[in-house]
Amino acid sequence: MEKNNQKGWLYLIPAFLFLGAFMIYPLVDVFVYSFEEGYNSASQTFFGVGSYNYSYVLHDPYFLQAVKNTFLLVIITVPLSTGLALLISVGLSSIRPLRDLFQTIYFLPYVTNTLAVGLVFMILFKKTAYSDGLINLLINAFGGSSVDFIDGPYWAKMFVLCFYTIWVVMPFKILILTSALASVNQVYYNAARVDGTSRFRIFRRITVPMISPMIFYLVITGFIGAFKAYSDAVALFGTDLNAAEMNTIVGYVYDMLYGDSGGYPSYASSAAIILFAIVLTITCINLLVSRKHVHY
Amino acid sequence: MKITLQNLTKKFPARGKKERGEVVAVNDFNFEIPDGELVGLLGPSGCGKSTTLNLICGLLKPTAGKIFFGEDDVTGLPPENRGVGLVFQSYALYPHLTVEQNIRFPLENLKGPDKLSKEKMREKVYEAAKLVQIEGLMERRPGELSGGQQQRVAIARALVKMPRVLLLDEPLSNLDARLRLQTREEIRRIQKETGITTVFVTHDQDEAMSISDRIVVMKDGVVQQIGKPQEVYDNPVNLFVAKFLGTPPINVFEGSVKNGRLIIGGDAVLDTPQVPDCRVTAAVRPEGFLLQEDGPLQCNLSRLEVMGRDVSVVSAHPCCENAAIRSIISAENQVDLSSPTVRFALKPTKTFLFHQETGERIR
Repeated sequence: MEKNNQKGWLYLIPAFLFLGAFMIYPLVDVFVYSFEEGYNSASQTFFGVGSYNYSYVLHDPYFLQAVKNTFLLVIITVPLSTGLALLISVGLSSIRPLRDLFQTIYFLPYVTNTLAVGLVFMILFKKTAYSDGLINLLINAFGGSSVDFIDGPYWAKMFVLCFYTIWVVMPFKILILTSALASVNQVYYNAARVDGTSRFRIFRRITVPMISPMIFYLVITGFIGAFKAYSDAVALFGTDLNAAEMNTIVGYVYDMLYGDSGGYPSYASSAAIILFAIVLTITCINLLVSRKHVHY
Repeated sequence: MKITLQNLTKKFPARGKKERGEVVAVNDFNFEIPDGELVGLLGPSGCGKSTTLNLICGLLKPTAGKIFFGEDDVTGLPPENRGVGLVFQSYALYPHLTVEQNIRFPLENLKGPDKLSKEKMREKVYEAAKLVQIEGLMERRPGELSGGQQQRVAIARALVKMPRVLLLDEPLSNLDARLRLQTREEIRRIQKETGITTVFVTHDQDEAMSISDRIVVMKDGVVQQIGKPQEVYDNPVNLFVAKFLGTPPINVFEGSVKNGRLIIGGDAVLDTPQVPDCRVTAAVRPEGFLLQEDGPLQCNLSRLEVMGRDVSVVSAHPCCENAAIRSIISAENQVDLSSPTVRFALKPTKTFLFHQETGERIR
C-alpha cells in the first residue's frame, strides 16, 4: 500500500512540474507583483510593498469603464445566449426532416475565425462615407434613422458587442444542449403525456430539471468566458478600446502590459487579481444556487 | 369501464434497406374486456402485447380498427383525454422529484373545473400512497428507493387521478423472484379494492395465470386464445398456447393416430376415439403421466427430482421433442431407480393432439 502510494506520486510528478512551472508559479508571481509598488520591469526594482496598485486601478476611469462594460456584457449575454440556445435546441430536437442540416448551420459560427466574424459584423454594422451598412439600410427601410454602431453612441456599440458575443458563443451551447436533450429518456415524456401534462409544463418540470447539470455547466463556463472577453471587442472596435469606451477588464490588463499606456505590470497584476476575485465570487454564488436547482 | 377493441391493427413502416415490407405488430384484435376485470396480455417478446397496451393508452395510433371505453369511441383521442393510468416497465418516475411530488404530478395537470385545491391534492396523494403502502417514503427520491418501492410509487402515480383504465407494462419484470410473488398479489389486491379495469402485459405465464381474471395469449401480433387462465391451460387451441403455458413445460411427442388409437414410437399409448387417422403432434402436461408397471409408454429413466410435495421424474423418449420428459407424480409413488426404464399411462384430459403442420388442436 505504502509502496503503491509512492508510485502514484511518482507518476504525478511530470504533471505537477508543468503545472507548477506554468500555472502555480505565474499565479503566485502575479499576486506578488500586484503588491509591489512602482515595479520597473527593465531594472527589476520597486519602491515598496503596499496596496497602492489596487487603489490606482480602482480609481482609474478606464478601469471602471472596463468593469462596467464587462459586467454589462456578462449580465446580458450569458442568460440570453443560454436561453436562446435552449430554445433552439428544443426546436432542433422536435423536428425530424433537415435536422442535420440545421444543426450544421447552427454550428458553423463555432468553426469560424473570431476576427473574420468581427470583420463581417463591421461590414454589416459600420457606417462609412460610402455606405450605411446593411443593418442601417434595414433600419431605414422600416422608417428609422441610421445609427453608427461602430463609432456611434455607447448603447449602439454595446448592442453590437453583445449581439456578436451571443452569436459566437451560441453554437457550442446548442451542441451541448441538443446532446443533453437527446439523452433524456423518451419514457418520461410518455409518462407525462399520459398524465395530460401541457407542453410548457413538460418543458419546465421535466426537460429543464433533467438537463440541469448541462445548463449549469454552460452558465458557469459562460460567466467565466464572458468575464474574460477581449478578442471580441478588438475584432469589432480595433485595438484602441479605451478610446472607443469599449474596453473590458482583460483588455485593460493587456493595455497596461503592452498597449499605448503599457509598461505597468503592477497595475496589470492588480487588475488581473481583481478579475480573479470577481470570477471566483460569481462562481461560488453559482455553485450555491445550483445546489437547489441542479439535479444530478 | 368496459374496454372494447374492434379489429384493432397496427402496422409499423419498414425501416432500413434489408427489411422490406411493413411489420404488423397487432393484427385484427377483437376483444371485449368486461368492467372491473384484470386482464393479462401474454406472449413471447415481440408478439405485439406492448403495442396493444400503447394503443389502448393512446401513445400509438392504430392503423385500423377502433377502441371503445364503455360506449365512448376513444380511437382518435390523445392519451391525456382518455383517462388512463399507465405504469411503465421502467416505472419512469421523475428522478428529480420526491415520491410525493411524483404522485402529485398528474393532479397538478388538471385544469379548469377539475382543478384541485392544495389540501384536496394532498389528501388524494396520501390516499393513493396508503393504498400501495408507501406513506413512510413521501420525502424520498426515486433513486433512494428499492425496485419494489419504486414500483408501488409508479402504481400510486397511475392511480391518483382515478383513471378509468389502469394499464401495466411488464410491471414485475424488474423485481427479484420473491418480490415478484409479493407484488403480484399486491397488484391483485389493489385492483380488487379499486375495481378499476386493468390490463397488464407480461411474458411470464406464471404471473398472468396467477392473478388474471382472463388472459389473452398472443403470437406475432395475432391473438391465439382468450379465456380464463385455467380454461386456457386445460383447453389450449393450438400447440403454441399449449407450449407457452405451464411450468414445467408441456411434453411434446411425434406420433400418429391409427384406428382411433394414439401411437407414439410404435406403441399404442392412448385410445382416441373419433380422431381420423393422421400424423399428429401429441402434447402431455407433466401432471398427465400415471406411473404404471404395465403402462404403454416406455421411457428411459434419467433421474428423479424430489421437490417436497411431489416428485418429478426426468426421462427420455426418442419421439419426444423436449430434451427431457418431465412428469410430475405424487411423492407417495415409489419409483424403481434400479430399472433403466419407466412406464407411464397417459391421462386423456391432460393429453392434447395437434395437427402436425398447422398446430391446430385436433383433440
